[in-house]
Amino acid sequence: MIPNITFVIQGVAFFAVVWLVMKFGWPHIMAAIEERQQKIAEGLAAADRAKAELKDADARVADEIKKARVQAAEIVDKAHQQANQIVDKAKADALLEAARVKATAQTEIDGMVGKARETLRGQVAALAMQGAQKIIGREINADTHKALLDQLVAEI
Amino acid sequence: MLQTQAAEHESASGGMTEYIVHHLHHLRWPREDGFWTLNIDTLFFTFVLSALFCLLFIGIARRARVANPGKLQSFIEMVVVFVDGLVKETFHGTSKLIAPLAITIFGLVFFYNFLDMLPVDMLPSAGHAAGLKYLRIVPTADLNTTLGMALCVFFLIHYFGLKHKGPKLFFAEMVTAPFHAHGMAMKIALAPVNLLLRIIEEAVRPVSLSLRLFGNMYAGELIFILIAVMTLDAALSHVSTYLLGFGQFIAGFIWTAFHILIIVLQAFIFMMLSVVYLSMAAEKH
Repeated sequence: MIPNITFVIQGVAFFAVVWLVMKFGWPHIMAAIEERQQKIAEGLAAADRAKAELKDADARVADEIKKARVQAAEIVDKAHQQANQIVDKAKADALLEAARVKATAQTEIDGMVGKARETLRGQVAALAMQGAQKIIGREINADTHKALLDQLVAEI
Repeated sequence: MLQTQAAEHESASGGMTEYIVHHLHHLRWPREDGFWTLNIDTLFFTFVLSALFCLLFIGIARRARVANPGKLQSFIEMVVVFVDGLVKETFHGTSKLIAPLAITIFGLVFFYNFLDMLPVDMLPSAGHAAGLKYLRIVPTADLNTTLGMALCVFFLIHYFGLKHKGPKLFFAEMVTAPFHAHGMAMKIALAPVNLLLRIIEEAVRPVSLSLRLFGNMYAGELIFILIAVMTLDAALSHVSTYLLGFGQFIAGFIWTAFHILIIVLQAFIFMMLSVVYLSMAAEKH
């Protein structure tokens, strides 16, 4: 029980082990642990970043979709407008054309009416002359009574 | 059993005493008694277990893998992180010494203590068969081991204090704390008291450290020996043999289970107190 010189050797041996562990053991294992901790921290940070990026991308995608929708609606609106314009224009054109055709027809009719009137006038004049000849019994010189005839025709 | 069975009742008690004394005797060289002798058994087991600890710890540490640690590496890392956390809680500063010192103390004391878990007669009987007269296998049940470690810690405390405070403050604190004086005369008057208290404080540390561990392990070993003594002179013809044998089994089981707690606890206490002492040495009063 009473200590002998052994304790000196035990103390020195203990110190030697402490020194060995301090020099060759502890730094290595601590470096490994710290490196792993750092790696884990980095991995977690990367995962967080990726998550944030994904969220960002999702938001961007939603934005794009919204924009595309708005654009599509705009395009549809424009198309409608254009269609309306085309229809309106076509309508206007058709109306114009109709008016033109009507005008042409009218002039034609007018012409024809005039011509028919002329013809009728001529015929009336001839009939009048024939009637007058029959009444008078002799031929009326058309040339001498031209002014009279013309006046008659104009009166009819 | 070392004892022969042919013993009468009176010599049985003598056999018992002899058995116990025999078990508490170190294998010594070059002489049996006195200061200038070596406890060969303690030195041998210390060396073997220290080498084992170094091989295990340093071997694993040098081959430590970052990506895919093995089971053993994971276990050692767990202990390392635990000890490192304790040290960081206690000592607020940077030191390359404290944490490795703490884990060495913990590991070595645990390894030394663990030999107590071996059946008390196993290695001594083997040694006896090999021609060794005495053999005590638990290094921490030898005061030399605990005293050597405690003194080592004691010197490290002062080295640490000197390094952190500088020589001027280190020596000044010896005579100015714990009683602080203001006047010069009072300072001189209080200096001897302070110095005396300081010496007592410092001397108590290695003594308490070494005696605590030694006492626990020695007592534990002694109780194992006493449990072993229950069937020392057993004979198959005696009824008491069966009763005592059963009692021995139960007692041995309970004490071994309890001792598992003690060996870890004592290793932890030795480590923790060393860390606390070293931290205190670095603090300025």
